[in-house]
Amino acid sequence: MTLDFSTPAHYLVALLPELVLSLWGMVVLLAGVWKKEEEGRPSADDLGTLSLVGLLLAAGANGWLYTAGSTGGHGMVTVDEFRLFANWIFLVAAFLSISISFTYVFRQRLQAAETYSLMLFAVVGMMLMGGSHNLILIFLALELMSVAVYALAAINRRDRRSAEAGLKYFLLGAFSSGFFLYGIALIYGATGTVDVLQIQRVVIQGEAVAGLLFGGIALLAVGFAFKVAAVPFHMWTPDVYEGAPTPVTAFMATGVKAAAFVAFLRVFLVAFDAVYETWYSVFWWLAAVTMVAANLMALVQSNVKRMLAYSSIAHGGYLLVALVAANETASAALLFYLLVYALMNIGAFAVVVSVARQGEERLQIEDYAGLGWQKPALGVFLTVFLLSLAGFPGTGGFMGKIFLLQGAVDSELWVLAVVLVMATLISYWYYLRVAWYMWMKEAPEAEAHAGVMTSMPMKVALVTAVGLVLFLGLFPSVGLGVAERSVAALFEAAGTMGRVIP
Amino acid sequence: MAQILFYAMAVVALGSAVAMVTRKSPVASLLYMVTTLASLAVIFVLFEAHFLAAIQVIVYAGAIMVLFLFVIMLLNLGHDYRKDLKGGLAAVLSLGVSGALAGLLVSHFRASAPEPFAGRIRDSGILESLIAEKGAVGAMARPLYVDYVVAFEVTGILLLVAVVGALALAKRRV
Repeated sequence: MTLDFSTPAHYLVALLPELVLSLWGMVVLLAGVWKKEEEGRPSADDLGTLSLVGLLLAAGANGWLYTAGSTGGHGMVTVDEFRLFANWIFLVAAFLSISISFTYVFRQRLQAAETYSLMLFAVVGMMLMGGSHNLILIFLALELMSVAVYALAAINRRDRRSAEAGLKYFLLGAFSSGFFLYGIALIYGATGTVDVLQIQRVVIQGEAVAGLLFGGIALLAVGFAFKVAAVPFHMWTPDVYEGAPTPVTAFMATGVKAAAFVAFLRVFLVAFDAVYETWYSVFWWLAAVTMVAANLMALVQSNVKRMLAYSSIAHGGYLLVALVAANETASAALLFYLLVYALMNIGAFAVVVSVARQGEERLQIEDYAGLGWQKPALGVFLTVFLLSLAGFPGTGGFMGKIFLLQGAVDSELWVLAVVLVMATLISYWYYLRVAWYMWMKEAPEAEAHAGVMTSMPMKVALVTAVGLVLFLGLFPSVGLGVAERSVAALFEAAGTMGRVIP
Repeated sequence: MAQILFYAMAVVALGSAVAMVTRKSPVASLLYMVTTLASLAVIFVLFEAHFLAAIQVIVYAGAIMVLFLFVIMLLNLGHDYRKDLKGGLAAVLSLGVSGALAGLLVSHFRASAPEPFAGRIRDSGILESLIAEKGAVGAMARPLYVDYVVAFEVTGILLLVAVVGALALAKRRV
């Protein structure tokens, strides 16, 4: 069907996945308190299954939106394929994160209904962030996602570190939101509009007030850099990722980061495309510093969860390269990489949850000694995820990095491409160290890994993630083809990319 | 007259905003914040945005600030007088950034004082006729419930999520 945004009722169709998920979040909340406790409330597992159903419904709605086109001017949201592809990433990240949290939520006695519904609401925020081209709506969506995740980070009431993570994330997140909002205000002052496409038009025509525009761009960039945890705006990341409940960390490291990058790409490559020269060198340095510093800091970590936190900062650096390159190849690579990254990172965190006995107990690298021989399936899975994170040929992570490099080379960013390769080489050390402990070290005792638990939904999630990571590694053209079409739709609608790279 | 009033109110707003940050007692900070919001409301009146001014007084200075005050007094936070402002590099950095922003705005408005947007936003004549036709509230309702309806609804969900999150973190029994 054709959507006409001059009729407000058509927003109901254009926002169908978001609507389904918002309603489902409320359903999950209500289901959690439907009966009195002694009359047999739905268990934590029931609520988890219920939210998975909601995600499947939203996925159906998202697939159906491919048949819709839009006409009659543009509203606050788009229905281009770029948004729909981004939605798949968020849905996959949420589906896997909820699947791996079933036993964790039960064992840690978290508030199941609140946890799952907050996750669903966070996905609504991510989707709106990726699908909107109005800065005000992007800001509201950012807040919706962030407020849900602040609460999720602190949801484990019995753990002091969880509370610390939540508070830290909340304070720094609110601080960065201030930058973001001030940036929007300055851009409105410079261009007289908050619509990304109209900003683009004003900027191309040279009518924007230069000083205000650059001030706004700088503040927006700071706000986004906080959310994607680029060095030097990464200070909160290791503590928050380490303190938050592990399934929530997996969700934060993939979903939140993906949403921030998708909005980042849309705002900068569409609205500020014509002034590429002013912001490109800043992001060049951000990307280079992030890649080098995060990988170096990851080298010295002995806590696996903290190591994965630094690794997630490093991956943010690789993705920033795509933003600096700012061409279609690099943008498609960014989408592809975000998808693969969601799969492999949540997979790795799933094994961490398992080894930690569905809690926060055994997180040191020594605790993985001999895991491969006592729990072969988990060992093989974690090895695949680690190799993919490092970028080993045959895995999705490798293909993602190849595509990113290709995008960088297309824009003639030779130095940055070399930095990316060198940073990847450094990262082999700390990823393979975990694998080495798993396979080459003796377990301290015969029953060292007897307490490692893997629930049924987690097994399904692990097998799915491993299968998809290997599939995308061996047949990358499938995923990349869709990503390229999505990006083409974005740039076609925006009519950009006529710029000459300096 | 309006000019003098404007500058007086601007000085009061800025001064109490600075005092709000530098005071050590939370209650004093809060009262300075009320002053800031109230003087902003006066500035709105000077710009003939009467509806906005009324909302500012009722919602911010009235409801939200009283709520803040209640919370501070209920949690008994009123007597924490330890100095917690960071000096040194942090102060230099924050003053530098705010100074740069202020300089940006001053230089901009000095260059093109009367018409900052060069007619790109809605013509003020249309706005005036709209207000004459529907009143200030009616003129505000259309953008809020038609043009920005998605943002409006998302705000609703945002508030719901904030309430759910706050309850999940603060309720007594888990």
